[in-house]
This record gives sequence, structure tokens and C-alpha cells, in this order.
Amino acid sequence: MSEVESVQRAGEAKADIASFDPRILVFTCNWCSYAGADLAGTSRLQHPPNARIIRTMCSGRIDPIFVLEALRDGADGVIVTGCHPGDCHYVKGNFRAEKRFHFLKMALKKLGVEEDRVRLAWISAGEGEKFSLLVKDMVNRVKELGPSSFKPSKIKSMEVLTP
Amino acid sequence: MTILEEPRIGVFVCHCGINIGGVVNVPDVVEYAKTLPNVVWAEGNLYTCSEAGLSSIKDSIKKNGLNRVVVASCTPRTHEPLFRSTCEEAGLNKYLFEMANIREQCSWVHSHQPEEATMKARDIVRMAAARARWLEPQDEPEVDVSDSAMVIGAGISGLTAAVTLANQGFKVHLVEKDPQLGGITRRLGKIYPTLQDSSEIIDPLIKTATSNKNIEIYTSATLKDISGYVGNFKVALKKGAEDVKLDVGTIVIASGALNYEPPKGSFQYRVLDKVVTQLQLEEMLAHGKLAEPERILMIQCVGSRIGEVWTYELSDMTQSFAARLLSKILGAKKEEGWPYCSKICCMNAIKNAIRIKELWPKAHVDILFSDLRTYKEYEDFYRRARRLEVKFIRYIREIPPGIVEAPDNKLKVTVYDTLAGVETEFLCDLVALSTPLCPSKEDVMLARMLKVPLGPDGFFMEAHPKLRPVDCQSDGIFIAGTACGPKDIPESIISAKAAAARASILMANKKLKAEALTADVNTDLCIGCGLCEELCPYGAHKIEKGKSTTIAALCRGCGVCAADCPRRAITMRHYGDRQILAQVEAMMAQ
Repeated sequence: MSEVESVQRAGEAKADIASFDPRILVFTCNWCSYAGADLAGTSRLQHPPNARIIRTMCSGRIDPIFVLEALRDGADGVIVTGCHPGDCHYVKGNFRAEKRFHFLKMALKKLGVEEDRVRLAWISAGEGEKFSLLVKDMVNRVKELGPSSFKPSKIKSMEVLTP
Repeated sequence: MTILEEPRIGVFVCHCGINIGGVVNVPDVVEYAKTLPNVVWAEGNLYTCSEAGLSSIKDSIKKNGLNRVVVASCTPRTHEPLFRSTCEEAGLNKYLFEMANIREQCSWVHSHQPEEATMKARDIVRMAAARARWLEPQDEPEVDVSDSAMVIGAGISGLTAAVTLANQGFKVHLVEKDPQLGGITRRLGKIYPTLQDSSEIIDPLIKTATSNKNIEIYTSATLKDISGYVGNFKVALKKGAEDVKLDVGTIVIASGALNYEPPKGSFQYRVLDKVVTQLQLEEMLAHGKLAEPERILMIQCVGSRIGEVWTYELSDMTQSFAARLLSKILGAKKEEGWPYCSKICCMNAIKNAIRIKELWPKAHVDILFSDLRTYKEYEDFYRRARRLEVKFIRYIREIPPGIVEAPDNKLKVTVYDTLAGVETEFLCDLVALSTPLCPSKEDVMLARMLKVPLGPDGFFMEAHPKLRPVDCQSDGIFIAGTACGPKDIPESIISAKAAAARASILMANKKLKAEALTADVNTDLCIGCGLCEELCPYGAHKIEKGKSTTIAALCRGCGVCAADCPRRAITMRHYGDRQILAQVEAMMAQ
């Protein structure tokens, strides 16, 4: 995306903020971050209803392809969450998730996707408030970015990423 | 993955009283669910988890021929087992059940936005139904558990664990690297707080262990290899020149800890021979090698509560060369000290001070401390030392005491006394350094063999510090005593008995239900690159004849291998690409 385009888009996005309802996908691991999301619920910590959660056993299960698919299908933002470093139920699945996440960011940069659309966060089972704040913050950030322009036509090169 | 039969999904949306129904428009969600692909039945329940709700699920499975069930209610973390067993009662495999969380993750967090919450609940139900279409029945295979155990290390913890297991009728193989049994406890003279001889405790235990028919003891033994999995470990060890092979069902790690030796020159240790460690002082006292002193000085926290440990990669050192190299560099840095409090040194110093005072009432004993931690009943022990006129002087870690040689075979110690606010000099006969218990370097090799992680401090890491304090991450392996961190004798015995009890549960059951959510390799796609073998934290993947195979009993189902497989040849049962992507697609389809 050229600089001019991005400035234009930022302007459009600002106009859209009121009506734009972003869709955020959150990947959680079964042991920490899903429980953190549950705790936000039991503590009745209100946050915007834009996030949808997909649970896997470990953040190490999250294949960058899942994130790319979500963005291609029209998600405006994706958060990958897992246990804090050292707390992984499967010893070190979250480190692997983190490594992959950096590669994913590199790939997204090449594809012209704004960096803030994807995010990695560590949330323990006791951090309901952190989860709630994370969703709030992500919704605000994505609202500023505006709707995702990452559409199938733009990413024919997707096949390169899928063996 | 293919759908074997046409999915017939039943959706049960729970009101949960007013918890969900008070915010989400449940009838609307039910009507919406009926429009979803493959959904043949949808209904709302006041409480799906009530007897009425559960029997409604069972009836509906039979009446409507459901082969997938979705319950939209609370969190699967609490209620999934209940609904799963309901499905099983109705003859449906429990892995054909899926839960949609519309309480914790919807109605409770959007309680002031009923419309948005209803839309979100629709999305959540749609995602769950989409996933349910791709669910497959799964089996939980049964594994036989051999009724013998191996205990590594024959210190106080290892002996206790071995005797406890043997008394329950299990065969125990007790492996010790030293020629003698008893570990570090044997080296102690007296033990706190009772001040009885350590031999009073350790000798009867050694006697019980050696005379027990169920215990096979291997002294001067070295472990060569450990393979297999819970219930069926295969151990190869060398006892002297003789090779021994064992088949055991469970393993208890009781390899203990080391007494940290400060590097040469630190507090003049190994430079001046009058500077010794607390353990050396202990041995001098026990063997009567100490002449009546005029003054003995003890310095606390030598080599503990300092230094930085760069966490987690230590457990990685068993993996890659780069990580090993890194830990080697970090290992050198670690020599400066250990960041944790070793917990026992304060009581140990006080114990030796009391002993000296009791042997030679005229001798002066001064304890230089930075923080004195005499927890539990040991506060009394501290008061007892004070009554015996043991002096406690607080020094600052940043201004460590200086030690130099003085005439008459004495040492001159200079220390800044924080209470008096002046620098004080002592002439003493001996300086004892209280050094922490630290993990041994051999633990790294042992951890590698067992494929279990070491914690940030280099000790064996428990599966959960509160809920599973003696279990290892890998099933069938338990930790006793100081192998997982500094402990005193009572605590070591408690953990040894706990570890033995945990191991005996497995062995008494004789059979074990293995994890169903394991990895499955498609050998047609696999190119045998070995990435899965390298990444698996449990050693569940092995490359055989150029193809990866999964040892189901070792696999815990994290899915790291499936996400990283360059050929996408690995499918996770229950969390396959197809099932996750179905949810992703369903989220966006409106």
C-alpha cells in the first residue's frame, strides 16, 4: 500500500468508526487463555461483543494458515492467545506459537496487511481482566484501522503459503 | 477427513435461568439454529444440565436420530464432562458432542447489550454446529501398566518412596549412583530442630530398604537409557561392569540436590583453608575434627538469592545444539549463584551455632545474615540460639564481608553492621559459608533421558506447582524430595510418600486409559523430515523407515506437530485443520 493510499484509507476509516463493527477472532488455548476468558465472564467484566473465540488445546496448535484463512474470510482482526511463557500445559507449545507468529507477521507485511490486525497475547487462567482489556483495546485499534482490505482477490499468492 | 454419515445435529440452547435467558433472546437463537446446515433439531431448555434437560437430550438423540449434539450454555471447562457422559448414555460417542459457550463468553460479558449478545450467541452456535459437522468418534485406548517401579536416587526421599511402594506390594528397583545408600542425609551430623543424630533416621530406613524382598538395590549404578511410556518404561543401566535391563511401570525421580560450592576466591573459599562451607563444618563437628574455637563466624546467603537465571531455555537444552550452547554460556554465568532462597540454610546455621554453643559454651558464634528466614516452628529455634547468646548481625548484600588472614592462625573479617551503623572487625578461627542446595549438572542428562522438563532454577519441574506438586509433565513419572527444589527432611519425606502414593494409583489400577486426542500421521504425505520428532515435547514422534510414527501413549495432544508439519501430514484428532477451519469459515458466514 502506498503512503497516499494509507492516508486516504485512514481518513475513510475515521469516518466509518461509528458504523464499523469489526469482527475479531480470538484463538485461545484450553488451559490458560480460555479459562481467562471464562473468568472475565464470571467476573462480569463487560467488553465489546465483537470477539468470537475458537478453542484449541494449545496455542502451539495455531497454524498461521488459520489466521490467514480468517483474514481472507473477512475477519478484521485476529488475536492468538496462550499461557504465559513457562506456564504452557504442554511444556513449550506457546514458544512455538510465538515463533510462528513472527513469521506470520512477516508474511502479512508482504501481503500488505496492517501489523495491528494480528496480535499475540499471553493470558493466564487468572487474568480475566487482562482478557477483557485485550478485547477492548483490539476493538479500538481495529476500528481505527477500518475494515480489512485483505480480500481473496488480493492474495492469489496464498497458494505459495499452503504446500 | 471425510464425513462418514450425513450429520444430524441437535442443538440445545440453555436459558440457564436468567443467566443467559435474561440477556440473550434464546427462542430467537433456537429458531436461527434450525436454519443451519445439517441441524435437524433445536430446542431451548430452562436448564439443560438439569435432569429434565439431560433426558431431553437423550430422548432427542433416539427420537430424531441425532449423531451430533451441540449444547449452547456455559463453559465446557465445567459442564462438558456431564454432557459428554449423557451422550454416551444415549449410545453416542462422547467426542461427537460440542459445546457453545454463550454464558461466560456472551451473556455475562454483554449483559447491557441484549441485541448484540443475541447476534453473538447466534454466531457462537453457528460456529459450534459447523465444527460439529466435522467431528469424528474417537477411542480411548487402554494401556497395560507394569506393577514395578524404579526409584532414582537412594537418599532419604528415594529410600522413603521405595519402602512405601514396596510395602504396598509393588516391585521396586532402587538405583543409586554412589556405592552407599543414604545420600546427603548421611553426611549430616545432627538434624534440626530435634538435634538428633541423622543416623537415627537414615540407618533404620536403609535397613528396612535392604531387608525388604520387594526392593532390588543397584548401587554404583549409572542410567544408560530410558525409553517407553507410562506403564511400560524400558530402562538400561550399568551396575559396575554389569549391564541390567529393567521394565517398569512408573518412575520416581529422587535424585536430590547438591550443596553448592562457591567458586574459588569467593569469600576466600579454597584460598584460605579456614573458610569452609556449612556442610563441611557439619562434617567437622560430626567427626570431632574441630578443636575448641574462640569465635566462629557464619555468613548466610552465599551463592543464593543472587544471580540471574534466564528462565525456560534451560529446559530446552535437551533439544537443540544452539540451545545447548546457549545454556552453556548461561551455565557459566549461573556459577555466580542461584536466584532462589534455599530455605534450609538459616535453620542449618542456627543448628550448627547451637551445637557449637552446647559443646563449648565459651565460644562465640556470630551469624552474618541479610534476611533471616526461620519459618514455621523454627522461630523457636532462632530464639533458642539467641538465649545461648549466638549473635545475629545484619550485613548488606552490596557490601559483602571482607576476609583476610590474621596472625595466630586466625581470620580477620570486616563487616558493615547495619544495626550499629559502623564497620566491625572480628577475629575468628573459622568462617562457615551457608551455601544453598542446587541442582546437579547430571539432572540435565537425566531430564533428557526421561524427556521431562527442568524448571527455571534447574530443578525438575512439577506439572503444577499447587495442584500436582509431585507429578511430572509426563505421565508415570513423579518427583520426590530435593530433586524439585530445596527441602528439609520432613518435607522430603512428605513429597516422597506423596510421589509413592501417586505412582501406586497407576500401578494398582493395572490399566490406563490413554489420551484420545492424539496426533495421526498420514504416511502417504509424510516425507520423514523429522521436524515433528524434534518439536514434540513428549517424544511421541519417531521416524521409522523414513516415515513418522506416533506413539499414542506418549502423545498428549498439544498439536504443535500438526501446526508445523511442512507437508500437513499430521492430523490432530478432534482438533484437526478441518474442524478448526470450519469454525473460522462459520464465524464469517452470516
